Amino acid sequence: MLLIRCPYCEEERPELEFRHAGEAHVVRSSDMAEISDEAFEQFFFIRSNPKGIVFERWRHLHGCARFFNAARDTVSDRFLATYKAGEPKPDVSKFAADAGPAAYANVPPAELNDREGGAKQ
Amino acid sequence: MTQPFRIPGAGRLTPAKIARFTFDGKAYTGLEGDTLASALLANGVHLVGRSFKYHRPRGFLSAGAEEPNALVEISRDATRRTPNVRATVQELYDGLAAQSQNRWPSLGFDVGAVNNLLSPFLSAGFYYKTFMWPKAAWKRLYEPNIRAAAGLGVAPEEADPDHYAARFAHCDVLVVGGGAAGLAAALAAAETGVRVILCDEQPEFGGALRYESGARIEGLDGYSWARQAVEKLAAMDNVRLLTRTTAFGYYAQNFVGLTERVTDHLASPGKAPRERLWQVRAARVVLATGAIERHMVFADNDRPGVMLASAARAFLNEYGVAVGRTIGVYTANDSAYAAAIDLKKAGVDIAAIVDLRDDPSGPLVEQARSLGIEVNPGRAVVGVGGRQRVSSMIVQPTGGGGKRTIPIDALLVSAGWTPSVHLFSQSRGKVAFDAGSQRFLPGLYAQDCRSVGACNGTDGLAETLNEAFAAGEAAAKATLGETSAGGGGNAPKVDASEDWAGGMLGSAPGAGADTTVKAFVDFQNDVTAKDIRQAVREGMRSIEHVKRFTTNGMATDQGKTSNMHGLAIAAETLGKEIPEVGLTTFRAPYTPVTFGAIVNHARHELFDPTRRTATHGWAEAHGAVFEDVGQWKRAWYFPRPGEDMHAAVNRECVTVRRSAGLFDASTLGKIEVVGPDAAAFMELIYTNPWQKLEPGRCRYGIMLREDGFIYDDGVVGRLSDDRFHVTTTTGGAARVMNHMEDYLQTEFPHLNVWLTSISEQWAVIAVQGPKSRDILAPLVEGIDLSDAAMPHMSVREGSICGVPTRLFRMSFTGERGFEVNVPADYGQAVWEAIWAEGEKHGACAYGTEAMHVLRAEKGYIIVGQDTDGTVTPNDAGLDWAVGKKKTDFVGIRGLKRPDLLAPGRKQLVGLKTVDPKVVLEEGAQIVQDPNQPIPMKMIGHVTSSYWSENCGRSIAMAVVAGGHGRLGETLHVPMPDGSIAVEIVSAVFFDETGERLHG
Repeated sequence: MLLIRCPYCEEERPELEFRHAGEAHVVRSSDMAEISDEAFEQFFFIRSNPKGIVFERWRHLHGCARFFNAARDTVSDRFLATYKAGEPKPDVSKFAADAGPAAYANVPPAELNDREGGAKQ
Repeated sequence: MTQPFRIPGAGRLTPAKIARFTFDGKAYTGLEGDTLASALLANGVHLVGRSFKYHRPRGFLSAGAEEPNALVEISRDATRRTPNVRATVQELYDGLAAQSQNRWPSLGFDVGAVNNLLSPFLSAGFYYKTFMWPKAAWKRLYEPNIRAAAGLGVAPEEADPDHYAARFAHCDVLVVGGGAAGLAAALAAAETGVRVILCDEQPEFGGALRYESGARIEGLDGYSWARQAVEKLAAMDNVRLLTRTTAFGYYAQNFVGLTERVTDHLASPGKAPRERLWQVRAARVVLATGAIERHMVFADNDRPGVMLASAARAFLNEYGVAVGRTIGVYTANDSAYAAAIDLKKAGVDIAAIVDLRDDPSGPLVEQARSLGIEVNPGRAVVGVGGRQRVSSMIVQPTGGGGKRTIPIDALLVSAGWTPSVHLFSQSRGKVAFDAGSQRFLPGLYAQDCRSVGACNGTDGLAETLNEAFAAGEAAAKATLGETSAGGGGNAPKVDASEDWAGGMLGSAPGAGADTTVKAFVDFQNDVTAKDIRQAVREGMRSIEHVKRFTTNGMATDQGKTSNMHGLAIAAETLGKEIPEVGLTTFRAPYTPVTFGAIVNHARHELFDPTRRTATHGWAEAHGAVFEDVGQWKRAWYFPRPGEDMHAAVNRECVTVRRSAGLFDASTLGKIEVVGPDAAAFMELIYTNPWQKLEPGRCRYGIMLREDGFIYDDGVVGRLSDDRFHVTTTTGGAARVMNHMEDYLQTEFPHLNVWLTSISEQWAVIAVQGPKSRDILAPLVEGIDLSDAAMPHMSVREGSICGVPTRLFRMSFTGERGFEVNVPADYGQAVWEAIWAEGEKHGACAYGTEAMHVLRAEKGYIIVGQDTDGTVTPNDAGLDWAVGKKKTDFVGIRGLKRPDLLAPGRKQLVGLKTVDPKVVLEEGAQIVQDPNQPIPMKMIGHVTSSYWSENCGRSIAMAVVAGGHGRLGETLHVPMPDGSIAVEIVSAVFFDETGERLHG
């Protein structure tokens, strides 16, 4: 069971409290009635479904009930960031450095405690 | 004498504490603290089971959770019958009853053993090849017979009467495994004050220290040190100790599943739960899961009496049981020597140690020699004598040459130790092959955990304790945001230990590629070295394919003892290095987990909540028959004495139109939309216009998805300029709320609106029929109910029976009707008051079935029954409800899609059967020409169909291609016993002008 950080509650809560709500940053036109067939197709039917980092909507249904956005790696299932609805997409390149396995685990205990070694908490 | 193999003075059990038990009906005695395995061995019983495929006699291989052979059934009573229990794990209690499995008629004489003679026809993958023809025979003949002949225990047939507990737990450091490493890690972590959980699958902590007699720590023997460490931990408030608790699954973000066996070891479980499921979230995890000894792969290595050296040592040092009188040892590493030494010192004859290595050396080897044990280096055991118990071993130099037969009654084997990387691998860590020691070790970690000790490939007790202590301290301090001195400087000091390193992988001499002997790799699935070679010969290249073709490692023990041997044999046959062939994935659970623990409390009434309305008790008292609508129990119909459903529904339908009826509509979803922009929000969510709806009036609203299809509908009342009382379908309540919140929060956040679910706050009593106003009038205060003051589709606030009410004048029956909303707590009281008035007018209570019929008589749709997610408002004949002048609402663009405007769409119509007595089946297909060849072209289907007593005939609704243009046409509904002719009509069957609505 994943832990998901709700950007409104500002804490990690168990996955059970959340519901997935589809791809994020799909913008509904302010002139909805008049958009072309192609634009409607793009808006309603086409989703990116990449392998790797996805931007998706979640709802903290059994909590604050707010919808928010998340960047998640579909390969590792790691949440890289969560942010409020309406905020811009976070910078993907920033995630690459953090995407590796836990820093704590992959260095010997002695080195883990070596501040100079740059071990991250 | 009883327990002839119990050695006085050996082990830690108390001789006076006798426990009686039976195995296959025969009575034995053991001691409290025994496992079923040690108790049977104390009685000299080795034969405990028959193998899966060949029905070969089997005994105990191990003394622990890795046991592949000794599976038995434990039954407390008729309902508490547990198959496939590992006798090496089951603790003995007084009165325990165990039975052997997979044998008929008896364990000693098993007819199925003929399979052993037929084994040339039962090689790897035989069922893929042998039982191909005729195809039909697979399901009826081959599969049932194979399943009956093969297999393990028999599943219990009755419901499990036990109950199971569940707990969520959080900790800073979870230590899995309570051996030397786990105890050291837990001590280090606990001393920092953080929350620590230490779990171990055994009934007692200590791991290998429970039998490793050569270990001394801090001036104590290993076992005493472990006891002292446990006492210290137990005294600390920040530590939770869990024995008999298996960490079976390692999931995302250090979420670890544990099962605690609470009562399986007790003679009288009482009311305690049988097991407890722990769902632990740990900031850091320390894996101290140890290593599992491997057997040697040689001819007939499955004879009862052949067992792992460490198991024999555990049986001796923990339980005081000798596994034989004259014992042979066959090894490729030093740890088996320690077992021989302990047994020799306990007075058991060690016939000989056979060592594959040409020049074994080291303290244990020297000690064995000095005790006068015969050591035969550079030799192999190439076969054994005996059928139901080993009687001799056949020894041959590894380079070939003369064979020598040595009489024995037990054979201890050890091919080395396999680090238990199961949980590490489950955590998505990547294992790496260490060529030097020929084993897979934790490589790249994926989560905040560390492996310490034997599961990390750390050899030597001192190194293990240093590593574990340092890891425990570092893990704890990391959670505190601190750094530790590291290096394990304060780790418990090791004074003496044993060296268990070394070993071999794959088949031993005499079981090589040029032989046809049965040298078992996987005991539980009866997979031999030959089978694995055959799989490679037949084209399997990946270890994943070899595994599935041979089923190696696929039994309930998941190959704990067999995976590495199987891999080595496959690699050798392929001529590749082991890492090139790869390792199969470890999956949860580590050991089998009961369904009871997983299902836990989610049984019976706790499986899914049952929702009952405020009037449920009244309906029950008045004989209502209920139907399930989602989680709701709704009154379906109210039969009177002598009435069947048909008669009751007919009476209810007629009574409503003649006088009046009461109906509980509380399950409808209700949402309050409030705020300065409430009307603007409603405009965007519904197809209808709302801005001009006057406060006090209602409107039937339709909600679409963006694709233009009907999502939900319901009557909406405007209570004031900034307040709407919205109703939804019963099933749509939650998702409509979600849909509205979604748009409000993410698409229309500029609107100042609040949404509140009020479904459960208001009980809704529908009073429908010509007499409805007369029934309500004496009870209502502050509301003028006259047609002029309160016309159809209006809402007023006032009180009824002294209780506040939102009173709607609306109708789902086509009659003059009201829906009385009152706070749910008053629902039944107000219902009873209205009922008392109603009875004066001959009113009835009616249920959902009559409601369905009455609305169908009027052609009112039910979303989800007459629509299916591909129906537009136009298709449903509801175009009038779409605001033509609106510039935006959810679905406005979808409605303009070419397909939604194209001719020939399925449209909602009424159907009248040519024979008025025939009631169509809902879901039945409609065709133009019943005589066309099959498959016919289906042009629609029946969505609703009832007998209408009010119309004196059957009525139906349907969606039919181009239906609105087909009025008057005759179509056909083909059924198994003939086609039914139907006429397309308007969907309004009763009171077509709608006059009755208005009084």
